[in-house]
Amino acid sequence: MTTFAPGTFKPAPGRGSLPRMLFVHARTEAMLTLRNGEQILLTVIIPLALLVALSLMSVIPMPEPRVGSAAARIFALAIISSAFTGQAIALGFDRRYGVLKRLSASALPRWLLVAGRVCGALVVVAIQIALLAVTALILGWRFPLSGLPWVVLLIVLGTLTFGALGVLLGGALRAEIVLALANIIWFVLLMVGGVALSVPVGFVHLLPSAALAQALETSVVHGTAPGVGPVAVLVAWGVVAGALATRTTRLT
Amino acid sequence: MSPNPQPAVEVSGLVKRYGSKTAVDGLDLVQLPGTVLALLGPNGAGKTTTVEICEGFRSADDGTVRVLGLAPGAEALRPRIGVMPQGGGGYPGIRALEMLNLVAACAAHPLDPKWLIEVLGLSGVVRTPYKRLSGGQQQRLSLACALIGRPELVFLDEPTAGMDPQARHLVWDLVSALREDGVTVLLTTHLMDEAEALADNVVIIDQGRVVAQGSPAELTANRADDQQLRFRARPGLDTSLLSAALPEGLKVREATRGAYVVEGLIDPQVVSTVTSWCAQQGVLAEELTVAKRSLEDVFLELTGRELRS
Repeated sequence: MTTFAPGTFKPAPGRGSLPRMLFVHARTEAMLTLRNGEQILLTVIIPLALLVALSLMSVIPMPEPRVGSAAARIFALAIISSAFTGQAIALGFDRRYGVLKRLSASALPRWLLVAGRVCGALVVVAIQIALLAVTALILGWRFPLSGLPWVVLLIVLGTLTFGALGVLLGGALRAEIVLALANIIWFVLLMVGGVALSVPVGFVHLLPSAALAQALETSVVHGTAPGVGPVAVLVAWGVVAGALATRTTRLT
Repeated sequence: MSPNPQPAVEVSGLVKRYGSKTAVDGLDLVQLPGTVLALLGPNGAGKTTTVEICEGFRSADDGTVRVLGLAPGAEALRPRIGVMPQGGGGYPGIRALEMLNLVAACAAHPLDPKWLIEVLGLSGVVRTPYKRLSGGQQQRLSLACALIGRPELVFLDEPTAGMDPQARHLVWDLVSALREDGVTVLLTTHLMDEAEALADNVVIIDQGRVVAQGSPAELTANRADDQQLRFRARPGLDTSLLSAALPEGLKVREATRGAYVVEGLIDPQVVSTVTSWCAQQGVLAEELTVAKRSLEDVFLELTGRELRS
């Protein structure tokens, strides 16, 4: 028989400090992503390989300056990879393993459950972009620094929009279906969604992928503010996806 | 404690339907602070639904539920309660200590996560991701998550499901320690011995309704005429002859081949009559016992013996 000193479990309830909860939750989310080999392949290795390929292989059509254009598109891809595909798959399996239920039974407020995931995703995106940016600079990218605030803003906006889409997909369906769909959609967006290649079809510009790639290209290559059109497209997708996701997301 | 303390959990007229199926059908329940209450019932009786409504995971279709005087799911309530959901819960790739640290960060005065990991026998798997833990290990981590915040009230939904006997006894010891320290515990189980060993009060539910409640002693108390004498002997004895030899009101039957049961008011005279009757028949009455009703007998009487789908 195991005995415990009297008073060991004497109740002392109370909620932890909000900043600490947010920090620990976001750190946990980011750490789990960075420790997951498939996530690293999807969010870092493939974008890095494509950045090198688009920059160096002249058979692939790419506007000049070539490395700058490639960097902008691959930044967009990296955001889609982790905020949408990675987040959707992680959420699908997190639900399967009951972690949302577990956490929502703790003193963690609901808004913090979302905020922690968002912050975790932003940390991962920041690391991805840093790695890609260093690689692009080595490949000869000349970044006009005037574009920096716009690039940061677009990275945050892109992460939020694709994060909302990822939650919409990963929060409602079975984990295996999420896994399949999230990867297929990633591939379709990469090829014909205006990311790797410019697609001269009207409705493609209304896709969030094309909008993010186009907006980033303006700021990354020319160092100027993105057009209102692509930003509006991103915001619209994000708001609609977020509103839908709050209705459809289930804990398990 | 004041004469009428506010109940820790108060459920009245609770109804929950899933489509055309009524899972909980007008259930009433009162649990006083500092007590251990076991919701006992067969699979599908409505135990988990009831607990999950108290935890705030599901909404009631009718009736009222107050937990520590608050509505279930209230933000102010969650820091005060500890929850062990059925089947546990964790990130698939997280390690036990990381998960416990995360839940500990949500509490103002948590227990030491490392200590709790050790107490629950998870030190050997600290580097194993959650999805590779066995069911019993996941359950133990889930229990740790329920206790880490030093709550006033804990809900344990089938806390020992999937656990080996050693882990089960550890859980029992933990629940006893919680009770000693004044923590209110509401647990569900379909194990009679668990309810009998742990609970101050047992509420037996079936098909969404309370069918009996009371302390284990009250539920198993023998009414004067509700005792059993059991013995084993050669199969096929003529029980009507024994019945005739015994006082009026005692029933005799061969429950299974060679296992005889005398039911009614069992006094020393009855025992003597049975043994001497057996001697006259030239058989030895073996394994003769006067049985107290177990909680299992009560449970099966109330909920029937047929298997539930």
